[in-house]
Amino acid sequence: MLIELKDVCYTYGDGTVYEVKALDHINLGISEGEFIGLIGHTGSGKSTLIQHLDGLIKPTSGEVLFEGKNIWSEGYDLRSLRTHVGLVFQYPENQLFETDVITDVMFGPKNEGLTPAECEARAAAALRQVGIPEELYKVSPFDLSGGQKRRVAVAGVLAMDPEVLILDEPTAGLDPAGRDELLNQIRHLRDKRGITVVLVSHSMEDVALYANRLIVMDEAKIAFDGPPRKVFARYRELEKMGLAAPEITYIMHALRSRGLRVDTGAITVEEAKRSILMALSNRNSMKDGPL
Amino acid sequence: MSIIRASRLGFDYIKYNDESEDAEKVKAISDISFEIEKGDFIAVLGHNGSGKSTLAKHINALLVPTSGTMWIDGVNTAEEDELWKVRQKAGMVFQNPDNQIIGTVVDEDVAFGPENLGISTEDIWSRVDEALGKVGMLGFRDRSPNRLSGGQKQRVAIAGVVAMRPECIVLDEPTAMLDPNGRREVLEVIRELNKKEGVTVILITHYMEEVIFADRVFVMDSGEIALEGTPREIFSKVDELKKLRLTVPQVTELAHELRKAGVEIPEGILTIDELVDALCG
Repeated sequence: MLIELKDVCYTYGDGTVYEVKALDHINLGISEGEFIGLIGHTGSGKSTLIQHLDGLIKPTSGEVLFEGKNIWSEGYDLRSLRTHVGLVFQYPENQLFETDVITDVMFGPKNEGLTPAECEARAAAALRQVGIPEELYKVSPFDLSGGQKRRVAVAGVLAMDPEVLILDEPTAGLDPAGRDELLNQIRHLRDKRGITVVLVSHSMEDVALYANRLIVMDEAKIAFDGPPRKVFARYRELEKMGLAAPEITYIMHALRSRGLRVDTGAITVEEAKRSILMALSNRNSMKDGPL
Repeated sequence: MSIIRASRLGFDYIKYNDESEDAEKVKAISDISFEIEKGDFIAVLGHNGSGKSTLAKHINALLVPTSGTMWIDGVNTAEEDELWKVRQKAGMVFQNPDNQIIGTVVDEDVAFGPENLGISTEDIWSRVDEALGKVGMLGFRDRSPNRLSGGQKQRVAIAGVVAMRPECIVLDEPTAMLDPNGRREVLEVIRELNKKEGVTVILITHYMEEVIFADRVFVMDSGEIALEGTPREIFSKVDELKKLRLTVPQVTELAHELRKAGVEIPEGILTIDELVDALCG
């Protein structure tokens, strides 16, 4: 197990009248190479949860383990934990600050004490991974498009060479093509480098397409944890939590209720297409009747 | 008479280098003309950098054209003396509600706009009540805005604009940061304002499903209006939209894929019911 949360509770404003329980006895294990989609309505505890994973927040009670070691035990090197667990915040482009793209991405490795040449190599590799071409290395990050800025900011975290990459709504405000490009690149990183990904998202369509495990937060607790197909099958309960299923799920249920024998577990356009084509050809052969 | 009219509207950003010399012109909008009728619901699509937000900022004179003219309800937005008139006629709601809310209590935040109109205190509060009612937030009037959900905050931001009694509201990706429930709440409020109050709505969004309620859709690309039509006309052009870095609602995409695979259904299906009827009818 790469990361483990044992009975973690976190309360904001503990002991004051403004006390808010953000995490309520969370038990969770994350294995290497998983692509986890983390969903939940605003205020359900998602952001608090991910900030526990790289030690930005100390649990009020319970333990957070990275590679089996309690990160809050005495003498634990939290700084090095943060090079292993990279966190990309919402609107990360607001954190760009350097005069050109490559220097900005080099900032992280520089703080690790690498030589300038090593830093540059790391930065160039990270920029390649997010699909930023070399012509842009010397351009001011503020002259880039929204999607490019976002990718440069992600590269800044990748340059730390993390084993775990956590992204908090990385596609908010990106156009559909920019969204697909960024998520495809992240999936590619996971497939190629075995990086573990935790994606916080409000887009059910995105997590359906990319995640192989879905964690649903509700009222500071984990409400569901499983493969996306299984989680979205409980869409009525998700709706009560302020969430939904991908549009495809509703289409498949509607078709099924009208008598077309499709797979209601389909959650992507591709799966739905295959299932509908099969159901239609079965229906037509039924109509023709057995000879 | 049309409420918004643009005639050969153009806008250049001027970019300077570090030494503030060698000014370089970047065309954000070039030579576009259109008219929007009172009470219309217009959706604006376009990839990042296509000029959507620049166009939106012209509607309430946050930007004025560098060429051509923009009229709001017959008022030229470039006339400095008319600035406040324009701003009152056209209100704007942005992506992040946290950047728009300034009051420490919900109703005080909504009162900020009308307070600046120089009307009586009584009138201010009646406008606040009315605006909060229209967005379904009356029950939260004495709450602190930072204790609200994203969708609730965005509804408060909309109430702040509604309290100005604008003819037209421009929303620049108002749902980008919201969870599914928040998105639904905000969209319902926008549609109600349009249908019941007759407010002209300009909605900029990257969520294709939000567009199907619009009367007309503008698709922007490199500062021009590349496509214009009803949602059905626009979403019938799946491949063209993909070239413009956009997409279509999932139901439309599925129908398109099924058609390509030889299933006989019409192009431009927009809702689940339409698809189900086409397949099971």
